[in-house]
Amino acid sequence: MTQGPPGNHEVEEAAAWLMRRQPAAPSSAYCPVNRPAKMRIEDFGAAFDGTEVLRHIDLEICACERLAIIGPASGGKTTFLRSLNRLNDLAPAFSKTGRILLDGQDIYDRKMDVAVLRRRVGMVYAVPIPLPWTIYENIAYGPRMAGVTGRDRLDAVVEGALKSAFLWDEVKDRLEDLATNLSGGQQQRMCVARVLALEPEVLLLDEPCSGLDPISTAKIEDALVELKSKYSIVLVTNNTKQAARASDRTAFFLMGELVEVGPTSQVFTNPTHHRTGDYITGHFG
Amino acid sequence: MRIAPAVTQRVAIGLMWALTVMTLGVLLFIIAFILANGLPHVTWAFLTTPPESMGRAGGVLPMIVGSLWVAGLAVLLSAPVGVGTAIYLTEYTREGRMTAVIRFGADCLAGIPSIIFGLFGFVFFVITLGLGFSILSGALTLSVMVLPTIIRTSEEAIRAVPKSYRDVSYGLGSTRWQMVTRVVLRSALPGICTGIVLAIGRSIAETAATMLTAGSALGFPHSVFQSSRTLALHFYVLSREGLSMPNAYATASILIIAILLINLSAYWLMRRLVAKVV
Repeated sequence: MTQGPPGNHEVEEAAAWLMRRQPAAPSSAYCPVNRPAKMRIEDFGAAFDGTEVLRHIDLEICACERLAIIGPASGGKTTFLRSLNRLNDLAPAFSKTGRILLDGQDIYDRKMDVAVLRRRVGMVYAVPIPLPWTIYENIAYGPRMAGVTGRDRLDAVVEGALKSAFLWDEVKDRLEDLATNLSGGQQQRMCVARVLALEPEVLLLDEPCSGLDPISTAKIEDALVELKSKYSIVLVTNNTKQAARASDRTAFFLMGELVEVGPTSQVFTNPTHHRTGDYITGHFG
Repeated sequence: MRIAPAVTQRVAIGLMWALTVMTLGVLLFIIAFILANGLPHVTWAFLTTPPESMGRAGGVLPMIVGSLWVAGLAVLLSAPVGVGTAIYLTEYTREGRMTAVIRFGADCLAGIPSIIFGLFGFVFFVITLGLGFSILSGALTLSVMVLPTIIRTSEEAIRAVPKSYRDVSYGLGSTRWQMVTRVVLRSALPGICTGIVLAIGRSIAETAATMLTAGSALGFPHSVFQSSRTLALHFYVLSREGLSMPNAYATASILIIAILLINLSAYWLMRRLVAKVV
């Protein structure tokens, strides 16, 4: 047998790695009752230009859990996520009702500093958006804006963040390269690292793997397992299999309403609402 | 009878070629004509001595210095105002009646003939403010004149920065000001520089507006409150009054070469900036 080109070899190796990989931590062992609430959403509603997008959402996000949000398109998933760190405020015609509490404090309160809120509740977008700078500058941007100075401190922050996002080994020798030269999967992990550099308390991910190959997806899911020991994670995903793999609890959003929420194993095996079951088994959506 | 598409295609290409060649030909002819008539008279002495007997003899050193002062000061004054206005229009206000009025005003300003600016500068800066014929009056007048160019090019450059960059910056907990200065301006810098270079070129080439405001003194300017003749105006006076055509062409050559040099160095600078930023 002849030796295949190096490209093939890499693919085989990657496939083997994917096979060897341990599945994510079992999600059935999780019990939400034992955890304190990090964020509490109370009767929250959102509208753009008078058109209601979210209605009467009541939900708790616990400390150190991975909450997946699933549901068909235009069900309000992304709007909900962007409400949690007030990114919707940037849209001119946004209005909301109800409250969202972070550690008991209303985030829409006048006294809340939005910049601080967004550092505490960090967001990773669906498409990796590297700023057109070096990897180092991308990661250090947030901490710099927050007032972190000194090369040594920034170096440490950048290294820590890249390690947490499982990217350090791949980029440690090329931190001064342009971030736009990274592959798609690496760019998305860099975006995760960029948020982690701010040491947030809650991590919001808006379909972070929608444009990624299975190996990159697996790497991000692995990172989430590690990260949940430190952060609350809210993961919006269109991929129900991903929700099943990478979350402790799952919430099902439909037409702007929260249909049901519960431990992932229960939602997937024994949903209380028939619409949830229909969606998960692929009858619609 | 229908003409075959292949034929119309050929005719169209031929026509466009002819027009391109004609346009470039005229431009090259003008430049070559002036340089051929002027360059032989451009000597080191011409560049470094003051004029004698109204410019019939001697050099153009005071005019070079005067031009640099007037154009430099004008852009120094208008660049911060223009870029600031562009930032306000794009980042700090929603589109509405107000932005439409400002933009309309800038467009009107861009369409006004320069002699009108000269008249305004003469009435307002020279007489009302009592600045007299001076480099400062000229620079202030030109700064108003080139303001629309800087506003519009900066606005385009800022608008071209992807909206997603702004989202990312906000998402990472930056304030609006941090987002504007660290992300938007950094990416828009090459475009903004282009506008400023255009403004410098226009300022150096301007004749009518400086004649009525900076005056046409022949002496070497020692402060911005003194009158100084610019190169463009010197050329105009030399040729209009038939003082010395060789010196007029020599002055024009210097002007053309200066503008070419400014543009080239700006593009070179911009390439380096772009290479560093993007």
